[in-house]
Amino acid sequence: MYIPVNEVQKHFKSETPMMSNITHKSDQWSPYHDNSGTVLAIGIPGAVLVAGDTRLSNGYNILTRDATKLSQLTDKCVLATAGQYADFIALRKFLQQRLQLYEFQNEVQASTQTVAHLLSRELYSRRFFPYYTFNLLAGLDENNHGVVYGYDAIGSYDQMTYGVQGSGQELVVAVLDNQLKGYNKINKTFPQTQQEILDLILDCFSCAAERDIHTGDNVEILIITPTGTERIVKPLRKD
Amino acid sequence: MGGNKLNNFKHGTTTLGFVFKEGILLAVDSRASMGSFLSSEQVRKVIEINEYLLGTMAGGAADCQYWLAYLANHCRTYELKNGSKLSVAAASKFLQGILIGYKNSGLSMGCMIAGTDLSGQHLYYIDNDGMRLKGDIFSVGSGSTYAYGVLDNHYRYDLSLNEAVELGVRAIYHATHRDTASGGVVRVYHIHQNGWTKVHDGIDVVDLHYKFAQQKGLVGDGDEAKQRLF
Repeated sequence: MYIPVNEVQKHFKSETPMMSNITHKSDQWSPYHDNSGTVLAIGIPGAVLVAGDTRLSNGYNILTRDATKLSQLTDKCVLATAGQYADFIALRKFLQQRLQLYEFQNEVQASTQTVAHLLSRELYSRRFFPYYTFNLLAGLDENNHGVVYGYDAIGSYDQMTYGVQGSGQELVVAVLDNQLKGYNKINKTFPQTQQEILDLILDCFSCAAERDIHTGDNVEILIITPTGTERIVKPLRKD
Repeated sequence: MGGNKLNNFKHGTTTLGFVFKEGILLAVDSRASMGSFLSSEQVRKVIEINEYLLGTMAGGAADCQYWLAYLANHCRTYELKNGSKLSVAAASKFLQGILIGYKNSGLSMGCMIAGTDLSGQHLYYIDNDGMRLKGDIFSVGSGSTYAYGVLDNHYRYDLSLNEAVELGVRAIYHATHRDTASGGVVRVYHIHQNGWTKVHDGIDVVDLHYKFAQQKGLVGDGDEAKQRLF
């Protein structure tokens, strides 16, 4: 179309991506950092398996290849956290101290259900400046049956048989839905033994490490049973 | 799922409740979404406050869980101190007072409080703006518009219990069918003069889809697809 010379500016100024047209968002400091990584937990009758990778990252940088995302709070339960590592440490400290106080006052360790509720309340106490943590609380219930509680950042929680949190959540949970619940599966065969579940967990982490840049280095697995806790560490891709 | 994960609290739901001659029927779905990711298909959106009061969850899951548990604590304390149970009107008003205090702070709650007391069965709607409404039919959540369509079509006060359950289930099913943020299973509770009863703990909406299709005469119940593909 024909545009008169003296009207060219009017037609094009707002459309051309010139430097003067670009407004920069000011880089505001944020108290939150996502140290990423993936954690998962699976409960079976008689045991619960909790796993987390050991990579801590900040954006495209790897901070360490050797950090644990798991914390054993009582003989029967373990906290697994993905998100901001500083908030994980603060939360872990609070829970450890509060549970020690519980043990002194009640002469018995807190049950998994009690710890689950305590964690929910602590997360909600920071409703307006949340802990940047995506938690899984895995443990044995009163019947020594494995249970998993999954949380969002402000403390809403629900009991599940398995849970995944972190940067590899979308990748891994779909696999577990298929393997443990039989969703979209024609021949429904489920892993029954602890060893089969362990193999499944290792497979899931290998898959997550392939496709998620923030997951890798090593996978640390804790197996909680009524007789004690076993720890296994396996290597993952380091790239 | 880029951006700020902290603001992706669990939202998206369909809950409904209505008063009829046999009491109150509550029906809810069970899907929790965080942004576009489905964090759970098995959430319990009816919170059992005590043996005579139920609350439904819509909006922020943590907000609803926490404040309805707080209400439960308050109801129990009142009962112990005063020797009589708190009325549904008073319980809902207590919750409204709390939410007005937190107005504009970012809480997200759209609950229904339903229960039975000496004056009968009552249904209230409470939300984070401080609104408290007494009513006969409510539906809350992203799928509420679809549920209202079905409810308003077939609701009568003199429904029998079975008809009411069927209506509640059907309304939730239709909402889950059209709303992406609703789904999972349907849970149904009935409130009557002796308290509440859990009628259905979880009917898969996928099973309902094929059941309703068959009722319409559509017999493609998945077997055709199975034969073709496998």
